[in-house]
Amino acid sequence: MADTAQETHAPVQDDPSRRDFIYIAAIAAAAGGAVATVWPFVDQMNPSADTLALASVEYDLTKVEPGQQVVILWRKQPLFIRNRTPEQIAAAIKDDNAAMKDPQKDEARHKPGKAQWLILLGSCTHLGCVPTVGGGEYGGWFCPCHGSVYDTSGRIRKGPAPLNLAVPEYSFLSDTKVKIG
Amino acid sequence: MLRKITLLAATLGLLLGAAAAPALANTAEEPANVHWDFEGPFGRYGKAENQAQLQRGYKVYREVCSSCHSMKLVSFRNLGDPGGPFWNPKYKNPNDNPVVKAIAADYQVDDIDTDTGDTTKRPGIPADRFPSPFANDYAAKASNGGANPPDMSLLARAREGQGRYIFSILMGYENPPAGVTLNPGQHYNKYMAGGVIAMPPPLKAGQVTYDDGTPSSLEQEAMDVSAFLMWAADPHADDRKNTGIAVLIYLLLFSGLLYLAYRQVWKNESH
Amino acid sequence: MSGHSTYEPKNAFSKWLDARLPVTRLVWDSFVDYPTPRNLNYWWTFGGILTLCLGIQILTGIVLAMHYQVGGATAFNSVEHIMRDVRHGWLIRNIHATGASMFFIAVYIHMLRGLYYGSFKPPREVLWLLGCLIYGIMMATAFMGYVLPWGQMSFWGAKVITNLLGVFPGVGQSITTWLWGGYGVDDPTLNRFFSLHYLLPFVIAGVVVLHIWALHVVGQNNPTGVDPKSKADTLPFTPYATAKDAFAMSLFLIVFAVFVFFLPDAMGHADNNIPANPLQTPPHIVPEWYFLPFYAILRAIPDKLMGALAMFGAIGCLFALPWLDTSKVRSMRYRPTAKICFVIFMVVCIILGFCGANKPDDQVIPGLAGFMLLDANANSWVWLSRIGTFYYFLYFLVITPMLGLTETPLPVPETIASPVVANAEKKG
Repeated sequence: MADTAQETHAPVQDDPSRRDFIYIAAIAAAAGGAVATVWPFVDQMNPSADTLALASVEYDLTKVEPGQQVVILWRKQPLFIRNRTPEQIAAAIKDDNAAMKDPQKDEARHKPGKAQWLILLGSCTHLGCVPTVGGGEYGGWFCPCHGSVYDTSGRIRKGPAPLNLAVPEYSFLSDTKVKIG
Repeated sequence: MLRKITLLAATLGLLLGAAAAPALANTAEEPANVHWDFEGPFGRYGKAENQAQLQRGYKVYREVCSSCHSMKLVSFRNLGDPGGPFWNPKYKNPNDNPVVKAIAADYQVDDIDTDTGDTTKRPGIPADRFPSPFANDYAAKASNGGANPPDMSLLARAREGQGRYIFSILMGYENPPAGVTLNPGQHYNKYMAGGVIAMPPPLKAGQVTYDDGTPSSLEQEAMDVSAFLMWAADPHADDRKNTGIAVLIYLLLFSGLLYLAYRQVWKNESH
Repeated sequence: MSGHSTYEPKNAFSKWLDARLPVTRLVWDSFVDYPTPRNLNYWWTFGGILTLCLGIQILTGIVLAMHYQVGGATAFNSVEHIMRDVRHGWLIRNIHATGASMFFIAVYIHMLRGLYYGSFKPPREVLWLLGCLIYGIMMATAFMGYVLPWGQMSFWGAKVITNLLGVFPGVGQSITTWLWGGYGVDDPTLNRFFSLHYLLPFVIAGVVVLHIWALHVVGQNNPTGVDPKSKADTLPFTPYATAKDAFAMSLFLIVFAVFVFFLPDAMGHADNNIPANPLQTPPHIVPEWYFLPFYAILRAIPDKLMGALAMFGAIGCLFALPWLDTSKVRSMRYRPTAKICFVIFMVVCIILGFCGANKPDDQVIPGLAGFMLLDANANSWVWLSRIGTFYYFLYFLVITPMLGLTETPLPVPETIASPVVANAEKKG
């Protein structure tokens, strides 16, 4: 379909408008067909149906002790499920009005009435390394790659990362069960 | 010009004829000449009565075939895909389709307990594949007198005659003709190559009670389950045919335009 | 590409580029201003169609390789993953699988056109040899590609054809073991076939460039077989040939689309939808249709080594053709006897195709009892394939050399334009 380009200097000069119409229509049809053909070849790289089918997982929270963090694999990425102690929650709320790169209240980072459960994407917002839990001067996370420091609410406090650790879409199915994604 | 095109078409036809040369010259009878509404360029699985047939066919598979035959390549969610037996336009994402979820949850699938590392069973989710009735091929063979029941995911496309072949096998059990001696565990089926089949007659009239009240004659059951297996082997058939019609319309118009352009270019040149 | 270039850069940038890398000049001289005989018919459009086929196969192949997982345990399921789960995967795979057949339909028409109009005769021997080389690499590529889905036909086809190379006395066994990377067709075989299947299309593309280069040095042949003598005999490639090629390509794509969307299983074999099983041979192993005539020649001869040699010899005849043909006249349009022999040859090739598709001992005419002739019944495919094989070699090795010396051709026109003008006058 590629070389359908018709030359502009046609051999006959009898009826220029009809001639031009045919050439323009043919070229336009070829271009339209080419664009429609390209789409499947681009779209095939998007996640396939089986990948999409596993985009959400359910997790039983009783497996996480207070003060602990469990890392599970979600959409082929680490997901932090942290059971925060009252002290950690208090430390996070205390800093709600401190100067931050990406200001956010602690209550915006967990589900209402579930302050103990912090569920975050375990991927540093700088370049995607996995931050280590409990590191850094705020007791949240510390990214070993380039030294970003997060607090106990997962907010960026120091270092090159521009944003807070992302909160995925999730919901509580019961008091002890969450569905992520 | 026209003559040349005819010549071209004839040549293509000859070559294709050679391509389609029958590779089946065995002793079995040709599969019965039955048809389904969803076949052909304009037939669709998604049509209401065809979808009802797929649902009945799924029930036959679930209640009869699946006790011996695996369907490893098909996921529960596929049942709720467009054109599938339980497609519901309300649930664009088949993982949310309650019928599909219920079917999946009815199966126990293997899993690993991430705390202990033990193998466990859990109810299926739409993303799971259909679990196999036997742990592996050897177990399948051992339980079936040495003959491994073939996987059904692609069965309809893995036999000459496709769905017609499956239908025929289900209908083709007979008393062996004189001169054919059967060993224990063997049966006579006139559509099987060689006539001898290890599978006992799997279906009989009334074996499955259809939810939609369709009388379950042997022929009805055989038609329905063959239909389901044809869909399972080619789940994107509807999409394929729809796209095909659009592509052909485009190409015909485009060819027309190109022909006009070609005539225009060559107008004053003899050739 | 003889003579001087007529390309004139129009703006400052094209002047600048032309002085440094005259790529636009090359394209202009090769595909725009290139003088094309004015009497080319539709059989001449298959060169462009083949380029399109190669492009489609490379493009869809690269996409499929993004999803295919090579390996005995994963190959079959990953192909099914493409067919079921990858977005538009069924479409891309159907195009690639059907595309192989369409490619061969086009290449056979292209080759028969060359045979009929004498396009292999001097000065086009190298052009023809390059074409034969492309055909050879195409066969290797198609064979290895058919192995990749790792179905029953893939596996057993690979086993049968690689075993064929074991016929050479002394070294045969070492060759097959080396080819397999083991004691049988297995994961290492599949992996190397995948690697080569990915490589060879680009080799083809390279040889195609040489093929077109050679074509542009000697110029296109034409239905009269007479060399262009003046400007009146030719037209510029663009728009004349491009317009005709584009229309023919579009018609070809219609046939292509019918198979992709409505007959996706027509060119394949049902057994290849069963995963490879080294313990069980399919009841009837057949190669893809485009290999069937050669497969029939292989089986026509009851000796393994001789059969293999005959099969390779059948392909070898094509390479030797420029030196086998003694005719002074290129086009069979002016060679009535040769034309009849050629039509018989085409029919024989198709018959050999049917012979390859059927079991050798089955009856050709059902119900006719026949009689024993040496080792097989006379009414069997094996005897039909022997007759076909005999004519195949007779055509290349006897008819083609002899006919050129003995026949009396019809009068050949002085120039291309003369019969064209005569035609135009007849049409009024």
